[in-house]
Amino acid sequence: MRKFPINMHLNVDSFLPASDAEKEYMVQMRPSTTFFRDGVKRLLKNKIATISFIMIIIITLACILIPLFWPYKYDKQLGISLGKPVDPTYANLRPFEYGETEQAKIAAGETVFPHIFGTDSAGRDYFIRVVYGTRISLLVGFFASLIVLVIGMTVGSIAGYCGGKVDIVIMRIVDIIYSLPDMLMVILLSAALNNSGLDKLIQGTVLEKIGLNILSLFIVFGLLYWVSMSRLIRGQILSLREQEYVLAARACGAKPGRIIKKHLMPNCIGVVIISTALQIPSAIFTESYLSFLGLGVNAPMPSLGSLASDALNGIHSYSYRLIIPAVVISLIVLSLNLFGDGLRDAFDPKLNK
Amino acid sequence: MNNNENTPLLEVKNLKQYFDINVGVFKSKPLKAVDDVSFYINKKETLGLVGESGCGKTTVGRTILNLYKPTAGEIWYNGKQIKTKADINEFRKKATMVFQDPYSSLNPRMTVADIIGEPLDVHNLYSTKEERRERILELMDYVGLNSEHASRYAHEFSGGQRQRIGIARALAVNPEFIVCDEPVSALDVSIQAQVINMFDELQDKLGLTYLFIAHNLLVVRHISDRIAVMYLGKIVELADAEEIYSRPLHPYSKALMSAVPVPDPQVARANKRIMLSGDIPSPLNAPSGCPFRTRCPHATEQCAMETPEFKEISKGHFVACHNIDKIN
Repeated sequence: MRKFPINMHLNVDSFLPASDAEKEYMVQMRPSTTFFRDGVKRLLKNKIATISFIMIIIITLACILIPLFWPYKYDKQLGISLGKPVDPTYANLRPFEYGETEQAKIAAGETVFPHIFGTDSAGRDYFIRVVYGTRISLLVGFFASLIVLVIGMTVGSIAGYCGGKVDIVIMRIVDIIYSLPDMLMVILLSAALNNSGLDKLIQGTVLEKIGLNILSLFIVFGLLYWVSMSRLIRGQILSLREQEYVLAARACGAKPGRIIKKHLMPNCIGVVIISTALQIPSAIFTESYLSFLGLGVNAPMPSLGSLASDALNGIHSYSYRLIIPAVVISLIVLSLNLFGDGLRDAFDPKLNK
Repeated sequence: MNNNENTPLLEVKNLKQYFDINVGVFKSKPLKAVDDVSFYINKKETLGLVGESGCGKTTVGRTILNLYKPTAGEIWYNGKQIKTKADINEFRKKATMVFQDPYSSLNPRMTVADIIGEPLDVHNLYSTKEERRERILELMDYVGLNSEHASRYAHEFSGGQRQRIGIARALAVNPEFIVCDEPVSALDVSIQAQVINMFDELQDKLGLTYLFIAHNLLVVRHISDRIAVMYLGKIVELADAEEIYSRPLHPYSKALMSAVPVPDPQVARANKRIMLSGDIPSPLNAPSGCPFRTRCPHATEQCAMETPEFKEISKGHFVACHNIDKIN
């Protein structure tokens, strides 16, 4: 066909029926994404959150793995060995310094594992103590948040779903607990637990090693700190239960337990993950300053707080002993907070708008 | 089971649903959402329920399915009163509901297969996973969804498709009776037609009975065998669909029917629209006597004194009005 510049005739070739391949091309089928995968994708785009997450992984792995191969024990006083007088040269070593017998070994050509952070006043390797301290801090953080999560979620969802009088009663209890000073509760509880004979009960278990003080910390978390979590979840459930899909589930005869589990919980899981992630650093922080005040783990088990507290005695000569655990606490708390923020942005995009 | 054809499938007697509304700090006042409503629905029939927003249509539907506990009144299904918890549970295997908003009535965290399969899970209607899957695919086929949609989430579908998912869920337990709560009002017009026709087809194929709640008069006329008109928590008129369109007796129905758009401009110009003055009163302070008297052009003193009786004027045509003879 000849082409004119101003041609009103339509080109017939444009109107041929589409081939199967062309039709296939028009069907846009995107692979189905789930809520979780969507969130992870957004999280990975957030550089700060990703770096924080890697930080947390490294710290966690380090405090699990390092004690397995480290040649020194956290409670081994290097200057003391059976049948010999105490060797004072092992106390208060500076980083990469060696005790007398070790220097002799090096002179004889043997290799001795260095004391990276030196030793403390009792002659214990400081690096492994910091690692153990981190271990305790993380353990407290995760378990305390877990306790808070379980109790808060159960109570909050019951209050939110049942509503009415149940809700009023539970929320008044929450208000009362909210008004109790938590620090006072920890101190009172650890005093009460120490006199309760509970220490005999936990003899020989793992709990004995971390001590009654930490146990009372857990109990306080279980008793007091769930309230903000339960308030948060109650609020979520209150708004979610008015949704029509909940009514639809009730219309087909679903029981309250099923509705909470299948319909309400999955829809507020984003908020739950985020507030749990933000709960961990606050628990670590609480543990640290309690240990600093002497209400934390039992000696010789170290925690970051108690290490910092011990370091106060030699703050002028050995200031690095205070700085190291302080830096580790800051690092853990900071990266958990940033990661929690990243989680919130990734899983709760509504908050950003 | 009563197989007598004359027994209605569902009968509602003097149903009342009051909600307590707090006015002031310690005072509460009943909001009469549904006030003394009686009707019946025969097998394989569609009863349309129309009325203004806020007149209690949806509440009627939800109260029938016991989503709200009725304040008073009886619900009879197949000649048996629904009263105890066991009755309600049994009733829910036979009566289901399609919801108005296809966006909020599907859980965003569940796949289509799980949404449709939920009634099956709740009532334990399968023995193997395979059986459940087959039933779900069969249901999806009924409502015109592809089997590859089963693993997708509700937000990946359009409004019409979502409503089909909602309908498939309602069909899952093999119900006899479905309450359709404005199932098409959230859809656009071309999709409305598809969904309405699907309701019709499913009724023929599965022998369903519908209570069809809507405010679109043309849609109701198309699908219903009989129509009930509600005003302020009461049914004011109930008759065959054609009868109520050609010969409405209650002044409110007259005004309502005159508002139905006619697709012929000449006829439309000839028809005179009856304009009602004022707004629908709040159900919190419903007028005494006849609820419609504040807006009725024919209201008399009697209307303020007594509540009109809901009586049969001709066969199958019920009206609640004192002055029915004078007006017509």
